[in-house]
Amino acid sequence: MTLLEVRDLTVTYPNGAAAVRGVDLSLDSGSKLGVAGESGCGKSTLALALLRLLPAGTEVGGEILLDGEDVLKMRWGQVRAVRWAGASIVFQGAMHSLNPVHRVGDQIAEPILLHGGAGAAAARKRTGELLEQVGLPTARARAYPHELSGGQRQRVMIAMALACDPKLVIADEPTTALDVMIQAQILRLIEQLVSEQELGLIMISHDLAVLADTCDRLAVMYAGRVVEEGPARAVYEDALHPYGKALSGAFPRIGDPASRFAPRGLPGDPPDPSDLPSGCTFHPRCPVALDGCEVEDQWLREGAPGRRAACVHVGAAVRSTT
Amino acid sequence: MTTPGPLLSARGLHVTFPGRHGAPEARAVDGVELDIGAGEIVALVGESGCGKTTLARSLLGLVPPTGGSVSFAGKPLAYNSRALKAYRKRAQLVLQDPSGSLNPRHTVYEAVAEGLRIHGYGGDEQAAVAGALARAGLRPPERFFLRYPHELSGGQRQRVVIAGALVLEPELLVADEPVASLDASVRGEILALLLRLRTELGLSALVVTHDLGLAWNIADRVAVMYLGRIVETGTVEQVLTAPRHPYTQALLSVLPEAPGEPVVLTGEPPDPSRIPTGCRFHARCQVLASGEAEEAGVADACRTRDLEVLAGSGEGQVACHWARARVTT
Repeated sequence: MTLLEVRDLTVTYPNGAAAVRGVDLSLDSGSKLGVAGESGCGKSTLALALLRLLPAGTEVGGEILLDGEDVLKMRWGQVRAVRWAGASIVFQGAMHSLNPVHRVGDQIAEPILLHGGAGAAAARKRTGELLEQVGLPTARARAYPHELSGGQRQRVMIAMALACDPKLVIADEPTTALDVMIQAQILRLIEQLVSEQELGLIMISHDLAVLADTCDRLAVMYAGRVVEEGPARAVYEDALHPYGKALSGAFPRIGDPASRFAPRGLPGDPPDPSDLPSGCTFHPRCPVALDGCEVEDQWLREGAPGRRAACVHVGAAVRSTT
Repeated sequence: MTTPGPLLSARGLHVTFPGRHGAPEARAVDGVELDIGAGEIVALVGESGCGKTTLARSLLGLVPPTGGSVSFAGKPLAYNSRALKAYRKRAQLVLQDPSGSLNPRHTVYEAVAEGLRIHGYGGDEQAAVAGALARAGLRPPERFFLRYPHELSGGQRQRVVIAGALVLEPELLVADEPVASLDASVRGEILALLLRLRTELGLSALVVTHDLGLAWNIADRVAVMYLGRIVETGTVEQVLTAPRHPYTQALLSVLPEAPGEPVVLTGEPPDPSRIPTGCRFHARCQVLASGEAEEAGVADACRTRDLEVLAGSGEGQVACHWARARVTT
C-alpha cells in the first residue's frame, strides 16, 4: 500500500533559493527509503516540506499525498493532526532539538498529551513503554538532556517520534555526529522498530554506505532534484549517475587496495541553491560532462530495470566510459 | 621513512583531571607510548570519551601531562611559555569544525597571517600567506585574501585552517577529526591534500578520528585507543584487515560494508574516572561474554590482571590476554 506519494514537489525560499526543484518519491508502509545528498542539496528542506514545517513565505508547489490526502491542501487543523500522529521527524543533532530545562520524560509525554488526548497518568505510562522500546530504563524519564550521552539523547528523540504511533517516520541524519558503535546501535534500533510496527521510513543522510545498509531504495539528490533512484545496494555499488559514483567512492571500503592512499573526492563545491549552474546543474563538477551538458537540462529516465538516473550518459547510445 | 629517532614521542604519558565534589579523578590518558616518525601519518582512532583528543592536546603541550613525558625531535618538551611558543611553531593543530575555528570578522589573509605575526616573522608576510594558501589548494591565493569565512564553502574554510597551520612551515600537523564536519565529496579532497603535503613537504601528521575509513585512506600506522590507553597498534593493513583485539574487531564489524555478523557492543565506553580492574575492556568484551576467553584459559586474567602499556614504536602489538593466548597456542 502506498503510504506517501510526492509528486513534482518544488520549494522556493523567500530569498529566491530554489531548494527543491521537482521531486517525485513514493514509499510503501513497512519500507525504507534513503535520501542521500550533501549540504544544500535540499534534502532537509524536503523533510520539512512533507510536514509543512517551512517558514512562512516559502513557496511550495506540487502534491504530497499522505495516505491519499494532500498535505499541502489540508486545513491547518488537519495538518496539526497529521504531525506526530500521521508522520513524525527525528531531527539531526539531538543536543539542539531537546529542551535543556525540561526532563526528557515530560518532553516525550508532550505530544502524547497534545495529540493523543491521553490523561497525565496514561501519558506517563506510555512514556515508560516508549523508553523501554528504545532501550533506555524507564527511570531515565526523570533525566535532563545534559545528563544523557549523545546516543541516549538520540534514543529519546526516536522515542518521541514514535509517541503517537505515526505511520511515517522521517529521520534526518539520525546518526551524524555519533560514534561508529553508537551509530550501529541506533541503526539497529531504527530497523527493528520499522519492521515491528510496519512503519514507513525516510532516512536522510550524506553517508551512502549507511543508507545502503539500512534502506531498501535510495534516492540521490543534487541541487534540489533526485538525480538517481533505485534499489539501495545497486545504487551504492554501481551508481549510474557520476554524482552517485562520487558519493559512494567518498566512503572507502576497508581492505580495498584501490582506495589505500587514494582518497576520492569530487573537485569543486556543492552549488548555491540561489545561483544554480545552467543546463545540467552537475556539469561544472562532472568528470564525464559533454559539451551539451552546459545548456541541456537532464531529467530522470530509466537506466536499468527499476533504476532511474538523470544523466546524458544514461539510456542514451553513448555509455559512460568510467 | 626510517629516521634515527622519532619526530614526536610520548613515553608513559598520563593526563588526569581532578574529580569535582569528591568524585574520583578522571584518568583521560592512562599510560600511552606513541611515536610519530618524520613523514609518517599516524591515525589515532577510538570512540568519543576514549581520551584521544586529550592525548592529542597533551602532545601539543596544550595540556600538561600529570605523568610521563613528550619529546619532540629528541628533546623533552619544556613547559614554560617561551619554549612552548617555539614548539608550537613546529607542531600545529587543525581542528574539526572550520566554522568554529575561524574568526568570522577576520579575512582569510588575517587568519593565515596571524601565526606569522605572533611568531614575529621577519620575511615577506604576503608571500608567505600566498604560498600557504596555494599549498592548501586555494588558487589563485590573491583571490581569497580579502574574503571572510562566511563567503567560503565548508571545504574552502577547512583549507584556510590548514593554510594557517602550514604558514609557519611546521614539521608536524595534529588534525582532530579534520573532515568530520565536511561534505562527502569534499572530504576526499581534503584527505588528498594531507597526503600531498606529506609527499611534498615531508610533513608528519597525527590524525585523530573515529572514522576507520579515513585511516585506510591516508594513514601508515594506526593506534586504537580505549579508555585512556592504546589497545592495538600496527600498520594500517595489519590492524584494519586482520584486527586482533576484540574491540578493534567490533569497531570494524559494525561498518556498513563489513563482511560477517556485526558485533554491536552494548552500552557506551565507561567513565574514565572508574576504569575497570583487569583488562579495561572486559566488561564489554564479546570474546569474554561468549566464553571463548574461558576456553582459551584467560578469563580470570581478563577480569583481574591489567595489561602492560604497549610500546610506541612501529611493530604490531595488541593489549589483550586472549589474542596473546591465541598466538602462543
